[in-house]
Amino acid sequence: MKARVTVTLKSGILDPQGKAIEGALKSLGVEGVASVRQGKVFDIEMAGADRAKAEAALKDAADKLLANTVIENYRVELL
Amino acid sequence: MKSAVLVFPGINRERDMARALKLVSGKEAAMVWHAETALPKGTDLVVVPGGFSYGDYLRCGAIASRAPVMDAVRDFASRGGLVLGVCNGFQILCEAGLLPGVLMRNARLKFICHDVHLRVERSGTPFTRGYNAGQVIRVPVAHGDGNYEADEETLKRLEGEGRVLYRYCSPEGVVDEASNINGAANSIAGIVNERGNVLGMMPHPENHVEEIMGCTDGRGLFAGLVAHLDKAA
Repeated sequence: MKARVTVTLKSGILDPQGKAIEGALKSLGVEGVASVRQGKVFDIEMAGADRAKAEAALKDAADKLLANTVIENYRVELL
Repeated sequence: MKSAVLVFPGINRERDMARALKLVSGKEAAMVWHAETALPKGTDLVVVPGGFSYGDYLRCGAIASRAPVMDAVRDFASRGGLVLGVCNGFQILCEAGLLPGVLMRNARLKFICHDVHLRVERSGTPFTRGYNAGQVIRVPVAHGDGNYEADEETLKRLEGEGRVLYRYCSPEGVVDEASNINGAANSIAGIVNERGNVLGMMPHPENHVEEIMGCTDGRGLFAGLVAHLDKAA
């Protein structure tokens, strides 16, 4: 079973990397970019077919390691 | 003072740290591998040194903070044991939940490697008793992610409870924007936990302990720890 965990910075947390990317896009002449926030995507292959179990395990993974919940939010998707 | 220096893959300041500890305390530090599940018997001080554990993958310190030895460190700290985290060690302690907040990418995105001045905010703690309150010390920094951030509530508590022990400042001891090298909230360079037995700091006091290094301002931190433990014994 394929799954995806997306980790993003909480709103209000400064993101200097996103800001730098935003600046680079603007200097490249890409139009219409208002702002950029950088995050992370984890594509995870889960063994077994129990979706509820997989979702719970992935939430556990995100809480324990993939995200720092002080500054980041996460979203778990089963694909 | 019996110290234990933790060793993770990718750490590179452990020998500097061990050398400083030996120099000031007169005793050889134990090097403790991250896969260990216990600290050496009679450990007085655990040091989490600087470097780039696990190549800073995921987030700085994130993977090291979940290593088996960290459970032993957590247990040691909960019994009041002294823990010092420097640079990557500070990041690891935050990720481990032993200290509040997080160390974000430097505000100007650059890796910073030079001497900085720190104002010792208060004396009389195990980590600052080798200095006077208000004293300015010069120590090096070498980090890309040292921008300390925490939510308003946490910052208010840190300040209110006198838990900010070291702050970036000018050579004259003035805390201002120009001396806040990495954009840290309130120019924070080092904080302690609620109980006051766990310190995390970005600068490297262990690199200013001998004349040959050009400065010995870092010695006071270690000398203070030794004095604290001698008094407690």
